Formats: sequence, C-alpha cells, structure tokens
Amino acid sequence: MSDRNKNSNDDSIMKKPMTRRDVLRLAGTGGLGLLLGGGAIGGLFTAENNRKSEAAQAPAAEDRIPFYGHHQAGIITPAQNFICFAAFDVTGSGSHSLQKLFRTWTAAAAAMAEGKQVGEESDNHNLPPVDTGESVGLNPSRLTITFGAGTSLFDDRFGLSSKRPPSFKELPAFNGEQLEPQWSGGDIGVQVCADDMQVAFHAVRNLARMARGTAVLRWVQEGFQRSTQADPSGGTPRNLLGFKDGTGNPAVTSGQDMDKVVWAQGSDGAAWMGGGSYMAVRRIRMRIEIWDRSSLKDQEDTFGRYRASGAPLGSKNEFDPVDLSAKDEKGNPHIPANSHVALARGDGSLQMLRRSYSYSGGIDLKTGQLDAGLLFISYQRDLIKQFVAMQQKLSKSDRLNEYILHVGSAVFACFPGASKGGYIGDTLF
Amino acid sequence: MKYNVILPTGILVASLLFSGCGQKENVEADPTPAAPATTETSAAPAAADFTAAIEQYRNFAVEQCDLFVKETEKFTNAVKAGKLDEAKKLYAPARAYYERIEPVAEALGDLDPNIDARVNDVDAAEWRGFHRIEKALWEDKTTAGQEGFADQLLKDAQLLRAKIETIDIDASLMVTGAVELLNEVSSSKVTGEEELYSHTDLYDFAANVEGANKIFEILKPEVAKKDADLEKEIGDRFATLKQELEAFKKGDGYVDYTELKDDQIRKLSQNLDALAEPLSNMGKILGV
Repeated sequence: MSDRNKNSNDDSIMKKPMTRRDVLRLAGTGGLGLLLGGGAIGGLFTAENNRKSEAAQAPAAEDRIPFYGHHQAGIITPAQNFICFAAFDVTGSGSHSLQKLFRTWTAAAAAMAEGKQVGEESDNHNLPPVDTGESVGLNPSRLTITFGAGTSLFDDRFGLSSKRPPSFKELPAFNGEQLEPQWSGGDIGVQVCADDMQVAFHAVRNLARMARGTAVLRWVQEGFQRSTQADPSGGTPRNLLGFKDGTGNPAVTSGQDMDKVVWAQGSDGAAWMGGGSYMAVRRIRMRIEIWDRSSLKDQEDTFGRYRASGAPLGSKNEFDPVDLSAKDEKGNPHIPANSHVALARGDGSLQMLRRSYSYSGGIDLKTGQLDAGLLFISYQRDLIKQFVAMQQKLSKSDRLNEYILHVGSAVFACFPGASKGGYIGDTLF
Repeated sequence: MKYNVILPTGILVASLLFSGCGQKENVEADPTPAAPATTETSAAPAAADFTAAIEQYRNFAVEQCDLFVKETEKFTNAVKAGKLDEAKKLYAPARAYYERIEPVAEALGDLDPNIDARVNDVDAAEWRGFHRIEKALWEDKTTAGQEGFADQLLKDAQLLRAKIETIDIDASLMVTGAVELLNEVSSSKVTGEEELYSHTDLYDFAANVEGANKIFEILKPEVAKKDADLEKEIGDRFATLKQELEAFKKGDGYVDYTELKDDQIRKLSQNLDALAEPLSNMGKILGV
C-alpha cells in the first residue's frame, strides 16, 4: 500500500471517510486546518504520495469568476492571460444525450471555476482518479468556460432545427481566405480562459474526457497574450505584428453598450438566446517573416497607427479619436484609406467586442516558417450585421491582407448564463 | 511620417524628400541628365541621387512590359484559336515578364487583380485574367469559352503597357518593390498556391527573384557605399538561391512544382527568407 495509508493510519480523523469537499469545507472554517495543519490535509486527498501542502483555503475572490449568472462568464470578462479553445463534434444522437452532456459539463465547469476538482474522488485504488489532477493545488486563476452551439448543431440530429436563430448561419466565403477543415467548424465551441495555462488545459482535457462517447474534439487551439505579470498596468496588448490590438473595443462597463453590441436580446428572433452572444472565431495566420522585413512606414501605414504609441497616424496618443479626414501638410490623409484602422473603424457604426489571443503553432512543415498568428474571437449580438459586414469590408481591401491568412473559422451561439440548479443550454431544450 | 512630431522642421524636410513621402518633386523636377549613381558623394550625409537608377529601372520595366504584351498576345491567340497544347506551353513564359515587374503593376491599382488574381482573391463574378484561363486549360482541358477572357487579358496587358510610363517610380518603390517580389514568392509561389492548376510556380519563382535581382543590381553601388558588408551578403544570397533554382531547370523552363520533394521546398523557402531579410535593409540607402 502507499505511504498515504501509512501516514494517515495514526490519525483517528483519517479513518472516517471524507470527501475532498468535506475537507475543504472544514479547512475553510479553519477547523481542520487547526487540527491537522496544511501538510496533513494535503496528504488526505492527494492521490500520489505527495507530501507537499495543498492550499486548502478557498481561493481568493480575485482569482474566482463565478460560473453561474445572467450571462456566461468569459465574454465581457477582462481577457485572462491564456486561452485553450476547443471545438467538439457530437457523435451521439438525440437530444437526451446532448442535454446530459451539458448538465455534466455545467457541474464540472462550475466546480473548476471555484478551484475545485471535477468530481468527488474516492479512495478506491482500483479506479482511475475522477479528476485528471494537474490542477490540484492551483487556484482557479480566473478560469472561465464559455459554451456555444455551432450551426451544425441545428441540423436534424437533435430535433433543434426549428430553434436555429435566423441570423445564425454558416459564414459566407470571404476573399482571400484559405480555410482548412482541421481549424474550422464544430457542433459545440468551448472557450476556456485562465491566467494559468495548466488550469485552462486541465479544463479542456476534463471536459473532453467527460464527453467521451457523446462528443469528440474537433480542433483545439491554445493562445496567449502578454501576462498581467509582465504588464501590471494592463495596457492594450500587442499582437505578434508588434502593434496594439483592441484599442477600439467598446467599454464592457457600459451595460447599455453591451446590450446593443454584444448581448442577443430575446426579441431578436430566438427567445432562448436572450442574454447570450454570438461568437466568431478565426484562426488568422500571420506571415511573420514577410512582416518582419517590411519597413516601419509600411507597417504603420498598414495598421494606420504608430507602432510605438498605438496612436492613430497624425495623432499623439493611443486613445485619440481616429480622424479619417485628417490630412498632412501635403493634403494626403494621415491614415491611408485602406489601412486596417480606417476600414475597421469606418464611420464607427460597426462594433463588436474582440477578445483575441495570439497563437504559436510551431512551424509550417512545408516552408519551415513560423505558424503563428491570431486566434481572433469576437462577440456580437448579430453575426451578419456585425462580423460578416466587417469582414466583407476587410477581406476586400484591408492592407493587412498582404500579411495575414485566414485558415480557420467557426461561429457559435453562446448560450445565456445558467443559474444554479439549471445548466448551460437549458433554454434551448 | 512618425518623425514629423519629433524632429525639428529642417530635418523633417530633408528626410521627407528622400524617404519616399515626397517623391514627385524629388524625381521629376530635375530634367538634366543624372550623374551616374556611382559618383562619389561628399562626406556630408547628403542623400544619394537616384535619378539615373530610376531611369534605368524604368527602362527595364518598359522593356519587360513590351515583351509581356507580345508574349501574352501569342498566348491569347493560341487560346482563341483553340490550340490547347500551344496555349499551355506559352502560358508560363508569358507570365514571367509580368512577374519580374509585379510591384510596378501593383502600383496601378486594379490592373494586378485583373491580370493575376487567383480563384479566391476576388468575387467569383469578377474573376478574370491568367489564372481564370489557367483553370480552363489545365483543369477543364479546353480553350472553349475562354475567348472573352483572352481578349480581356490582352487588353489589360496593353493597358498596363500604356500606363507604365506614367508610374511615379522612386527609389523607395524600388527598394520596397525588391522585397515585395520576394514576398510574393514566399506567400504563394514557394507553396505551390500560385499556379494551382498548371503547377508552373517555379517560373514565377524565378521571375520574381530575377526582378528583385535587377533592382539590386541597379542600386548595388549605392548599397556598397552605405554598407559594403550588406552589399556582399545580398549578392551572395542571390547567388545561392539562383544556384539552387538552377537544379530545377528543365529545357527552357522549370520542372513541375509537384515534382519538388518536401525538403527541397523547405530549403527553397528558407533560402528565400535568408535573402529577403538582408535585402529589406537596402532601405538604408534612402536615409531616415
């Protein structure tokens, strides 16, 4: 037998079967901690003979983002340091197994958001552990798990075809894209974000494990941005082209703006989506090598912003208004009309909430060049009016197109938030 | 442009003149024959005179464009006469003249997509030009129905020829153009995505490199003056790449892209990047 038993044999309290949660509850009140000290608590529920102490107290409030709520977390939540995005295909049929999956996922996601493991561990040595274990002892690191339904979920497999929101369709083809099946689509999309990559990966892994027999992974992409540790000021992050990305995002603090730009309303055509949001995900490869040999002037003219400050060309500060009519002393526009900011900003009427991450996928085996870029994610109330309208404009004339290539694409209808006792997607079924 | 908020006006004016922001005045205001580019400049950091270099490059572009129209006409005639095999033979060599001067053509706005757009580059209804016909010849194996596209292509080629003399070529366009030519190779030719149906990517590859090499040859004396090591490095890497391409020559042209092995493609791509990186530093001859 293991050291674990040896160790706990002397201790009468250990003879009583206790679940990990009991321990946490006790520890939270300080009772067990006082009785045993942290080391013993750790020994109680660590499967290996690992004597290291586990932080048994409840995670600090700033590390926890509640899973339950009116809206799903992970949408207007300030972006965490890392993402692990997973798209699933449902292999089972019938809505029953699908509902069961969402119930299971909901309970697990809510537990993980609290820094807990995904289920009750038994002490049975003949069983594999319920949780895969790599997040034991880690705080939840602002973990959010955001679920959405792909357009394919509304085919005839689950009896949901009549529920498909009218504005929720496959995206049209855009100029210049080269979409690859291995980075596109999915019946269900799960955006997992956390300030720790291992915590994020753990969530995806365990959700995939629970889904076995009902759903399989279709594609997974990890992503990162500069960490809060590296930039405590929380300034606008830079993308891998070296430019600030996200300056023009709408303020998530304005409920009114979010209702207008991000949150689907029950009156929009699908009552079950009220309080949800539509997500567009694009895996955008950056032609890093080409960008790196472009002159600073080319780079700045491409974005329409200064690289150093992020200010619009012709202006001084990052958040100065983008004035497309401003001219230089020769009468030429400061900001080229086909620059990224000029097209994306336009007249300001097209808005969406971007929540993108950089990705690095090793090298392109064919050319030996870096496979790196942007995992673009945007949330909007209406995909056609917002994302599609914007992307049609950009794909036609954006100067940035010379340096990027859209290789993956998916859209998901992200459910409204679940309340305790309910589950993610319950408004749909 | 960024410097206009930082630098005193005097410096600003000088830098604008030679950085490509104020090209017109700089290039065209001086009708006198230019001094050869190799003339020693004074020790003061006076900017180089590129008049002769620009003239030399303009002549090259015009000459390539003349040949482009001529060879395109042979190609479109073959298409219209229903001579499938002949059209296929003329396709890649005609395109090479265009590929050598592509950045110049791109400066003319819509002409490039009209002549050279690939299937996904533009809306289906607007797709025309070489690649449209390429698809018919290689995939559909027929010239039928291509007459209109052939006529249009020849007209677009002639329009390019007519417009090319009006292009405002400056040293900055040449410097960035040389890199852009290699970028073209990097993003589509080396991956076999440019010639999706004919697999004649290596013709374009070689032509793009030749176009970049021509610009380098013209600007070489200035580069050498500014940075002799850089000039040597670029020259060496052009030689390496050309030598590598040599191995894929077949008759008057190049082997089919599909004959390339994975490791050969990767090596071509990496040698291309190895050349393009120092080549992008040619910009130092332009000043700040």
